[in-house]
Amino acid sequence: MTRKQKRLAVILGGLAMLGVAAGLVLYALRDTIVFFYTPSEVVQKNVQPGTRMRLGGLVEKGSVTKADGAKVNFIITDMTKTMNVSYTGQLPDLFREGQGVVAEGSMDASGTFVADTVLAKHDEKYMPKDVADRLKAQGVWKGSAP
Amino acid sequence: MIAEVGHFALILALGVALFQCVVPLLGAHCGNRDMMASAVPAALIQLILIYVSFAALMHAYITSDFSVQNVFENSHSTKPLLYKISGVWGNHEGSMLLWVFILALFGGAVALFGDYLPPSLKARVLAVQGSIGTAFLLFIVMTSNPFVRLDPPPIEGNGLNPLLQDPALAFHPPFLYAGYVGLSVAFSFAIAALIDGKVDAAWARWVRPWTLAAWMFLTIGISMGSWWAYYELGWGGWWFWDPVENASFMPWLVSTALLHSAIVVEKRNALKIWTVLLSILAFSLSLLGTFLVRSGVLTSVHAFAVDPQRGFFILTILCLFIGGGLTLFAWRAPNLKAGGFFSPISREGGLVLNNLFLCAACAAVLIGTLYPLGLETITGEKISVGPPYFDLTFGPIMLPLLLLVPVGALLSWKRADLGAALQRLWVAAALAMGTGLIVLMFAHRGPWLAPVGISLGAWLFFGSFVDLANRIALFRMDASASFSRLMGLPRSVLGMTLAHAGLGVMIVGIVCISLWKVEHILTMKPGDRTDVGNYTVEFVSETPMTAENYTGLAGRFRVYRGDQEIANVISEKRNFKPSGNTTEVGLLQTMFGDVYVVMGDTSADGGRVVRMYYNPFVTLIWAGAFIMFVGGGLSLSDRRYRVGAPKRRKTSLGVPAE
Repeated sequence: MTRKQKRLAVILGGLAMLGVAAGLVLYALRDTIVFFYTPSEVVQKNVQPGTRMRLGGLVEKGSVTKADGAKVNFIITDMTKTMNVSYTGQLPDLFREGQGVVAEGSMDASGTFVADTVLAKHDEKYMPKDVADRLKAQGVWKGSAP
Repeated sequence: MIAEVGHFALILALGVALFQCVVPLLGAHCGNRDMMASAVPAALIQLILIYVSFAALMHAYITSDFSVQNVFENSHSTKPLLYKISGVWGNHEGSMLLWVFILALFGGAVALFGDYLPPSLKARVLAVQGSIGTAFLLFIVMTSNPFVRLDPPPIEGNGLNPLLQDPALAFHPPFLYAGYVGLSVAFSFAIAALIDGKVDAAWARWVRPWTLAAWMFLTIGISMGSWWAYYELGWGGWWFWDPVENASFMPWLVSTALLHSAIVVEKRNALKIWTVLLSILAFSLSLLGTFLVRSGVLTSVHAFAVDPQRGFFILTILCLFIGGGLTLFAWRAPNLKAGGFFSPISREGGLVLNNLFLCAACAAVLIGTLYPLGLETITGEKISVGPPYFDLTFGPIMLPLLLLVPVGALLSWKRADLGAALQRLWVAAALAMGTGLIVLMFAHRGPWLAPVGISLGAWLFFGSFVDLANRIALFRMDASASFSRLMGLPRSVLGMTLAHAGLGVMIVGIVCISLWKVEHILTMKPGDRTDVGNYTVEFVSETPMTAENYTGLAGRFRVYRGDQEIANVISEKRNFKPSGNTTEVGLLQTMFGDVYVVMGDTSADGGRVVRMYYNPFVTLIWAGAFIMFVGGGLSLSDRRYRVGAPKRRKTSLGVPAE
């Protein structure tokens, strides 16, 4: 091989590798992304049961009931629509009624959201801006407590 | 009074930094030696001033001076001394002060130990350091002054986020920052070289130790953070692909690439333009990390304050340095003389592959980290890119790299014989296969990927030692002769061997916890027993407890192996006086794995929700990182990098390559 051919081989090899990497990234971005919705958006966007998503809102006051074993049921609300959530496992330290929460999982056929992860964040960052604003306007949102 | 001194020193430091940025640069441009030399005292004075400022803030924390707003907001008089000290950087203002303090330390180190550098290069390097210092000091003085007073002073402070009250986390920020900021030296060298228009073997030899030091700090800083997340967050995992973790991981990937490409510049005078670009990128990613973490764009325990003005300011700094660096690169890089070419199958070729893989992996992480932010800004849609994305992209990109590490290290410079290199590796391959088979024998019912993954780790581990074994003629001479040869080897060879072997150890740990982790969630009442992994855990009792700055509940658990009691672990729920609750993990660490117990809330039937993990060989992850750190240290102590050595050879190597 001449010098020029060698150089070409190296460059082509590098480009091919970057191509493979880019392909992987695109493929992964299509299949592994999880969207964030509030209960209203779930209805609005007609999200199908079984679609993996993050559901965010406030834990409705008085809605937390403990079932058998480590199972917990509660309701997530964005003050317009509500959604029943069931979760088996330990709730995070910051989980409180009336506070912000994000649950990850999917809806079952009956419309109950079956969560496998529950994150509690006292922060409006985890809430679409309009919801946070609406909650603030209604005086429900306590702001981002420490 | 002391706080005012600190504030005043900070403002003076800003002035000195501005001087350090402008005067030496002009001096280097006009060839004025005095102006160039002024960079050294400027860097040292700046260091002293920032030290005074930092010490003043620390004094306020240690004496719990709540008339300083920063102390009031982030400290509490009952906090143990260690956390009063770590509280200094447990908040936005203080952590930025630590950032510039470490920057000044690096600047001072270049000034003190850089006697062997050509005066113009040294002046320019220090000037670029000065410009970074100016930007960040300005940021602190304008938006994040830690010395603001409160009148009247409150009696008690708000306390530090209890999650941050932890020994590993007390030292995680300083190490991580030392890594981030250490890369600024590589950046300064790159910018200085671009202005100079000259990159040669000597340049690479000067850049490498700084990059190596930064890389070591990053390695230890990231692994401390991961260790903290493992036992403090109570989620049973060690890495979550959280944007904040990624922010520190990306500079690590690129600085690893930089370490390797600088070798090519040093030994073969090739890949020069690429290495300069990598130096700029590595520090750019550090800045990006600082921006992501400090601007409040991301929410996590790291984002102390959400303040759009600050975010905007850091974004400006970011654009200025990254944009400026890359523009200068585009303008000046074509002037750099390209080095010699080499065969694709050679040590250089292997290092190029290493760089390609590391950069591709870093790009995948970057996209996964920034894509949600970009999408939200553009469409308002919120998404989360989680572990599945990174498993699918980062994993496959890194896999070939890991396979190739032992091969690349055996190739010779310029033109190599691949067959001969592979032949020398057959022992390592056999050992790796053997390890896989042994694992398969013990764990034949588990996932098939486990033995494969462990063989990969073993391949890396044994493969790293092949070259070393060859060099010291292991088993071909008597042990004492081999040993004396070992002692005579350059430390950088030992360092490389250890670092690669450490990577292998880490891979084994990652494979084990990823594939063999046992998770168990259930409700327990005192007296209940359950199996987790090879152990049995009994819930003994829960008792109220009080400590200096929290009250809580201690759940006692007894761990059995078979019928034999081997340990007691305690998981606590703590309620900190000023702010917040945390859960402490009950952790039993053994040679073969960890039993990890987390006590939760009460359940409907009056029991406790308890979550348990058995994490086999998880400690290998941090052990591997530590071995890599030690390898870096050995390499750093190599004679080639000692201050005196390059000086003697300066005449032969310091001349430009043209």
